[in-house]
Amino acid sequence: MVKDRFRTLKGKPVTARKEVGSVLVVGGGIAGMQAALDLVQNGFHVYMLESSTAIGGVMAQLDKTFPTNDCSMCIMAPKLVECGRDLNIDIITMAEIEEVRGEAGNFEVVIKQYPRYIDPEKCTGCGECARNCPVRAINEYNEGLDLREGVYVKYPQAVPRSYVIDRDACIGCGLCENLCLARAIKYDDKEKTETLHVGAILLVPGFTPYDPTGKPEYGYGRYENVVTSMQYERILSASGPFQGHVQRPSDGKIPKRIAWIQCVGSRDIKDGREYCSSVCCMYAIKQAVMTKEHEADIEPTIFMMDMRCYGKGFEQYYQNAKKNQGVRFIRCRVSEVREDPETKDLIIKYEENGKLKEERFDLVVLSVGLTPPRNFEKLAQKLGIELNPYGFVDTLFRSPLETSKEGIFVAGAFQGPKDIPESVTQGSGAVARIAALLRNVRGTQIKKKEYPPERDVSGEEPRIGVFICHCGINIGAYVNVKEVVEYAKTLPYVVYAEDNLYTCSQDTQNRIKEIIEREKLNRVVVASCTPRTHEPLFQETLREAGLNPYLFEMANIREQCSWIHMHDKEAATQKAKDLVRMAVAKAAKLFPLEEFYLDITQRALVIGGGLAGMVAALEIARGGYEVYLVEKSEHLGGHLRGIYYTNWSPDIQSFLASLINQVELEPRIKVYLNSQIKKVEGFVGNFKTTLETPEGEVVLEHGVAIIATGADKYIPKEYMYGEDKRVLTQAEFEEKIAKGEIDPKKLGRVVMIQCVGSRNDEHPYCSRICCTQAVKNANRILDENPEAEIYILFRDMRTYGFREKFYNELREKGCVFIRYDEEKPPQVKKKGKELVVSVYDELLGDTVEIPVDLLVLSAGIVASRENNEELSKFFKVPLNEDGFFLEAHVKLRPVDFATEGVFLCGLAHSPKHIEETIAQAQAAAARAQTVLSKEKYKAEPKIAAVNEDLCDGCGICEGVCEFGAIEIVTEVVDDKEIKLAKVNEALCKGCGGCIAACPSGAMEQKGFTSDQIYAMIDAALEE
Amino acid sequence: MEWRPKIIVFTCNWCSYAGADLAGVSRLQMPPDFRIIRVMCSARVDPEFVLRAFQRGADGVMVAGCHPGDCHYIGGNYRTRRRMALLKLLLQQFGLNPKRFRLEWISAGEGQKFAEVIREFVDEIKKLGPSPYRQIKKEVRKHG
Ligand code: FES
Repeated sequence: MVKDRFRTLKGKPVTARKEVGSVLVVGGGIAGMQAALDLVQNGFHVYMLESSTAIGGVMAQLDKTFPTNDCSMCIMAPKLVECGRDLNIDIITMAEIEEVRGEAGNFEVVIKQYPRYIDPEKCTGCGECARNCPVRAINEYNEGLDLREGVYVKYPQAVPRSYVIDRDACIGCGLCENLCLARAIKYDDKEKTETLHVGAILLVPGFTPYDPTGKPEYGYGRYENVVTSMQYERILSASGPFQGHVQRPSDGKIPKRIAWIQCVGSRDIKDGREYCSSVCCMYAIKQAVMTKEHEADIEPTIFMMDMRCYGKGFEQYYQNAKKNQGVRFIRCRVSEVREDPETKDLIIKYEENGKLKEERFDLVVLSVGLTPPRNFEKLAQKLGIELNPYGFVDTLFRSPLETSKEGIFVAGAFQGPKDIPESVTQGSGAVARIAALLRNVRGTQIKKKEYPPERDVSGEEPRIGVFICHCGINIGAYVNVKEVVEYAKTLPYVVYAEDNLYTCSQDTQNRIKEIIEREKLNRVVVASCTPRTHEPLFQETLREAGLNPYLFEMANIREQCSWIHMHDKEAATQKAKDLVRMAVAKAAKLFPLEEFYLDITQRALVIGGGLAGMVAALEIARGGYEVYLVEKSEHLGGHLRGIYYTNWSPDIQSFLASLINQVELEPRIKVYLNSQIKKVEGFVGNFKTTLETPEGEVVLEHGVAIIATGADKYIPKEYMYGEDKRVLTQAEFEEKIAKGEIDPKKLGRVVMIQCVGSRNDEHPYCSRICCTQAVKNANRILDENPEAEIYILFRDMRTYGFREKFYNELREKGCVFIRYDEEKPPQVKKKGKELVVSVYDELLGDTVEIPVDLLVLSAGIVASRENNEELSKFFKVPLNEDGFFLEAHVKLRPVDFATEGVFLCGLAHSPKHIEETIAQAQAAAARAQTVLSKEKYKAEPKIAAVNEDLCDGCGICEGVCEFGAIEIVTEVVDDKEIKLAKVNEALCKGCGGCIAACPSGAMEQKGFTSDQIYAMIDAALEE
Repeated sequence: MEWRPKIIVFTCNWCSYAGADLAGVSRLQMPPDFRIIRVMCSARVDPEFVLRAFQRGADGVMVAGCHPGDCHYIGGNYRTRRRMALLKLLLQQFGLNPKRFRLEWISAGEGQKFAEVIREFVDEIKKLGPSPYRQIKKEVRKHG
């Protein structure tokens, strides 16, 4: 019944031009890496062009990431390694674009590659050259805080892990050439040019941190103890200049008082940098919090104008820092930093509530903004793409990832300042656009990976190798890793054990492979972080070493040990030993498992017909796959139906109309209106969803699902909303203006109150869009009626990114901004007929009363809890405390769920703007296509198996199985009829429920056999 | 030296193990007296696993899975609930205080809850003191 629901694709145009199934990704930072990996999974070959000596970008320099305090290197390492080892990603370092010819679908790109003076094919990364190099040069990776050798590798986990000679520093002594056993040194290496043929170009060069020498009043460059936030990241990092100890550059002492100065090189009209850099507030809080974690005695102070913590989980992070972690916030502009020449302390001069003040600090960190990537202006000219006045790529709100030139796309910070998850989202999102452009040549340039034949280990006695990770200082600082290694060596069957700074880095993977061979290992145990993120990486290493990937076990000594027992090193070390012992005990009992593949239904289900859902559906359809789009109401459009204009566009309704039109005309999309999901069965590749439609029940078969169900508007309970008709929400106000029911020309005095239903106990998060919305509506009034008096009562103005401009314009026009404190919110009352708003003005130190004609409430966005709870059960995906869906990883898997084949975008994820929703929907579409573009899907091999000798066919398991994967069959053996349980491998999901139910011990779960679990229990309780 | 309990915690991969990870990511500090054994679903936890742990001297055992209705494998944890209820009765007959055994529902988003449950359970076990089976185990060892 499903089949003929799609109109046949008649008269599909044949492309005349010859398209190329390769893509050039310019930039190897996190956005570039994500895009490259997704492109390959979408069937495209990738050239990754990186200007420096290794990929990784700025994220490789960061210590921790907000709001989870995840270690940056740890979460990024798997992606680095994946990019490094993927056959279909050619990483070209130290290279830039010379010339671009051709057009969308078929570009010819001439690139120039600078000499490395070391042959990366030969270099083993042993580092012997660097250890003996007599010259030193400034270490850019540590932001100039220390020196490196003349022959060096950018950072320990660098990909490619090949050394490079800095010819500016090199004195040509020849030492390294003599020492290098691999003969990799090539003093006569030359510049090369090469021509690449690609179908599309993606620009992801990231950003350049602002250089604060441009602000002499802060003393950067003159005073030793004034550092940039990037330098401070390196100071905090275990691989940094001070090994992760917080020290002052001038004397190496531990500072007692540290100040952060915000908005250095941001929100600065005079400097031509009017925009807000979007990330500095959060990274400053993170640095302050991490500082306290390093040295509890340090007193951090953040000098700021507004705290812009608008992202998912950000506000809670901020409040926690303020209330529980001893971070002090001072709202002001800093006018000057002076040094006390004797102590090298710094005196900060600032103005708070009209009073001039001074305060002394030991160290000052400048929260520098994000500026466009260096040297990209020229390239933009060469490519013929337009930049905005600030030097970032100019994009339209409706196509945030497209440059002004067809076939050239942009993602990440070059599109505008943004944080890691949004860069990752855009990286994926651009892939959807590229897949739409190049869908006819998918898979044409892809090479298949060949693995060495699997070694037969049957009959061998276990030989276990144990690798224990320091994870920088994440484990090393709280667990005595060396001691654990020595202990591991004493365990049964362990023939080898060692520790690594990062077990997950590329060079350690090579090492593990070598050691597997050298020591003839047939089982591997890694003790590091959680298997939920890192198991696949190590399994791949085993595969490459010719071992079955299921001969692997992990001990989680970070999330479940070092991070939760930070104050008791002895106990943490003991626990780490126990966890290693348990893992080794299980490993000894592991046996190889066989993988097999299932067919995929190459069709998507998109739930929610708002902006996010429509964009996701369109992108998947344009990528060449069929889509069911389900909407519960009677029309497409969602919240967009109530948006009439934005700061960027005077006419949202015509944009919406064209979008709906495109959806309706798209032959690959089948829309179900007035429809609700009743039931979901199946799993990735093979979902079966039952819909209730006005025409009755329909069953849809699909391979993936995208949740794009949106959110609700908060309906105010406060400020006399609903009691007085002069009190409106921003959305109602906008609608009335658009429909001519309110004439801005007739408005006298209007007050807007921010954060209504946001940032409070009930809804502790920031709704992100309301500041911009208020600014938009206020601008609209003043444009038509400059005489109107507008007051905006706010807590922090969060017009981040390029939105700052509209905020500034509004201030120019004379709008009055009054900050209120959350403890003293504004009051609304009626005095006679008059509606009066009173608010305590901090600047005046007094309460002001404002009689108003109209009170507009910036009401927030709330999760559709009931709806979400139901869907979360259907698809087995989690919600966060606020009722929004919780993605697989806040930083690096922003649109995925841990449940494979289910993706997320739009307001269902968290509040966001139109352009952000579009990019996120495109990302979800690209991620969904990584599944859809394959015909087969790897099935879970850790499934149930029957020991036929023990099974007596009682059938208990058959009734227990939720997936109908077990059947009792009758077989004839030796002329006797016997009953036996049979497991259908395609249906079994590997929960193990039947095994616990089996009364005769005939059922087993591969990878979790009773034998293996008993071994772990016994090992855990060994004395 | 102060006596430290030994607690075994079985968690399902999808909710409770992830919740434990989240507790770690959030740096929620907990007493170090528990060891997690990961299984794919709480339904994989054979009551015999729990008995074995007690036999080997565990002072407490916890089984943690997704909230009812949230199991990654549809109804796995309903079975767990039934099995563990029976097990609890059995434990009493074996002379174990049923408080030494717990069944908890902890989702992937509940790092906080994971930490709280662990803290509470460790406290509880500390109050109960070493498992009687530990004694038996020791004596067996002593007398051969
Ligand atoms: S997967 Fe968590 S209880 Fe079944």
